[in-house]
Amino acid sequence: MTKVSMTVNGKAVSGEVEGRTLLSAFLREGLGLTGTHVGCDTSQCGACVVHVDGKPVKSCTIFALDVAGAQVKTIEGMANPDGSLGVLQQAFQDHHGLQCGFCTPGMVMSSAALLVENPKPTEAEVRHYLEGNICRCTGYHNIVKAVLSASGQTVAAE
Amino acid sequence: MHNFDFVKPSSIAEAAKLLGQDGAQPLSGGQTLMPTMKQRLAAPSVLVSLTGIDEMKGVCMGDGGLHVGAATAHAVVAKDAAKHYPALAALAGGIGDPAVRSRGTIGGSIANNDPSACYPAGVLGSGSTVVTNKRKIAADDYFQGMFTTALEEGEFVTGVTFPIPAKAAYVKFNQPASRFALTGVFVAKFKSGVRVAVTGASNNGVFRWAEGEAALSKSFSADAVKGLAVDDSDMISDLHGTAAYRANLVRVLTGRAVTAAG
Repeated sequence: MTKVSMTVNGKAVSGEVEGRTLLSAFLREGLGLTGTHVGCDTSQCGACVVHVDGKPVKSCTIFALDVAGAQVKTIEGMANPDGSLGVLQQAFQDHHGLQCGFCTPGMVMSSAALLVENPKPTEAEVRHYLEGNICRCTGYHNIVKAVLSASGQTVAAE
Repeated sequence: MHNFDFVKPSSIAEAAKLLGQDGAQPLSGGQTLMPTMKQRLAAPSVLVSLTGIDEMKGVCMGDGGLHVGAATAHAVVAKDAAKHYPALAALAGGIGDPAVRSRGTIGGSIANNDPSACYPAGVLGSGSTVVTNKRKIAADDYFQGMFTTALEEGEFVTGVTFPIPAKAAYVKFNQPASRFALTGVFVAKFKSGVRVAVTGASNNGVFRWAEGEAALSKSFSADAVKGLAVDDSDMISDLHGTAAYRANLVRVLTGRAVTAAG
């Protein structure tokens, strides 16, 4: 076991990990941050997406030790400081951007990364950016609406 | 996955020393190696992460063209190479999905030499030079078949130097589930002639389409390859496409790449 330290959602954290410990496992089992979901464990589904130094990564496909010293942000860090839902999270709720909710943490983290790169994406750009995040419930329609709405763009009502 | 010792050197020299150990394997972005290790198809006893080596990161113009450090992520190439070599930047920006592009690297991609990966087409199609910790290898000598390269034991890619062609484009036919290239073609027009590199199609990995190169060197237009036959005898045949289908894609995508290159 090796000690690993990093910053997660603005807090300095550390823990004992093996070489093979995935970042997703360290977050969930080591830190109890179970908002990050592990869907496929093969980097196909995107449910485990978190930000490492501001970039979206699949936390099931990066070793915890490779992230030593990095700034990590998870879905738990997306709420406002008072605990209320952040803009993107609120948009997902307002536009019914989730049904079972399993993919939602990854969807929110990928969408947040998109809005940093491209604050006013088109619908096509949203769909393209989210191609690595799989949702089996919504058909993506309402997720795309939520992201467009969170970017401050008007979204047509149903 | 089997456990291993994880080490993260900060220089090429240190990495070379660590990789001299028995059972040591380099790790770059891990977007292929980690799934492989999860399936226990690879079980190194020491994993040497190369992504902490600053001298292997970044994109810069220099002697011989554009130099891309081996540990440079696809997303960085997509952004930083755009003004120097737009076709290469576009190729990098189309690999996998955004999260994969944050981690995956050019060095990892060409060291693995997956027969359907995009980068081998860009590197071979550009007539690049692969730089390792030991030597420089011409792309024509580097790629030696599916998952096979000229890399020797203890040798790792430290960068790739791309001569900049007058015109170039990469067009891939996406395999939508994996986002690998079902077939992809990189076309580059140099003063000395045209190079056409194909990925995703052959059982022998990335290759140059000689007939296409000859035709395009005479006339750089999509029409020049229209009537050409593509030999499908050694093409990949799987549930996504037969050998004949891929052979047809080689011709069609070459034409599209020529049109895209302008």
